[in-house]
Amino acid sequence: MEVINKEGTEDTPKIILNRNDGIFEISGRSLPEDSADFYQPILDWLDKYGASPNPETLFVFKLEYFNTASSKLILDILSKLETITGTRIQWFFHEDDEDMEEAGTEFSELVEVPFEFQTY
Amino acid sequence: MVTRKLILVYEGEFTQEITKSVLAMAERNMDAIGEDSGIKRKVFNVMVECLQNIVKHSDEIQEGEAPVRHGAIFMVGKDDDKYLITSGNPIMNDKVEMLNNKLDHINSLDKEGLKNYYKEVIKNNKGLSEKGGAGLGFIDMARKSGQKLQFDFEPMSDNISFFSLKTVIRRSTTDSE
Repeated sequence: MEVINKEGTEDTPKIILNRNDGIFEISGRSLPEDSADFYQPILDWLDKYGASPNPETLFVFKLEYFNTASSKLILDILSKLETITGTRIQWFFHEDDEDMEEAGTEFSELVEVPFEFQTY
Repeated sequence: MVTRKLILVYEGEFTQEITKSVLAMAERNMDAIGEDSGIKRKVFNVMVECLQNIVKHSDEIQEGEAPVRHGAIFMVGKDDDKYLITSGNPIMNDKVEMLNNKLDHINSLDKEGLKNYYKEVIKNNKGLSEKGGAGLGFIDMARKSGQKLQFDFEPMSDNISFFSLKTVIRRSTTDSE
């Protein structure tokens, strides 16, 4: 299966989706001009991956900032992950970033996927 | 005495590229004075929602048949105890009531109410609008601010009003309502 490896920019996050190495990660800043367009390949990838996933999927979110349009797409990603058995979410937030911690808590209340919270 | 300072003013056309430049300028300015990282994040957050709102809706203005390019304005100011993020942009008059109601509703909610409203909208809105918005921008601005959003609509013509919006981010670490 193809590997997605996108470098982050000042307005888009770094994304790695690599099933062979078991790395699933979105990190950095997300405020693209067109969030739906930016995240569509990720959603498509997850659809394919979900058809025959690894026994365990640890999906890492390590976001410094995301805008509200991205938050909708993050929920879409989480909703896909919800249907993939063996998925856990690792939600990183900077130790003094209460808003990012709260955002993770809220997402965890919107989907039925186990969340682990980590500071960095 | 209160020291009031403008950090930046931008007037003209708004695009994603301009948004990035304006954000970078404000970040540099806040870094230069050693602003608290939490305050910096909140200011950044409100700026993004504000600027992207203007970018998304800037092509909606029509006078008669033809689309009209009306400049919008964006400002960040700083007092001893707060940041003020102000934007002004023309909107069509038929949007005024909807916006007014939405902002009144947001201002009627307390912290917990805003949180619930945010979750309700993110869960129930199917996809993004054709403009690419999630319908969450103002709610998020109110949550990050912790203060009421201040807004006004000034009629400019039979079709167009000038919509101004001011968001306050307090610099003191204690939350006040």
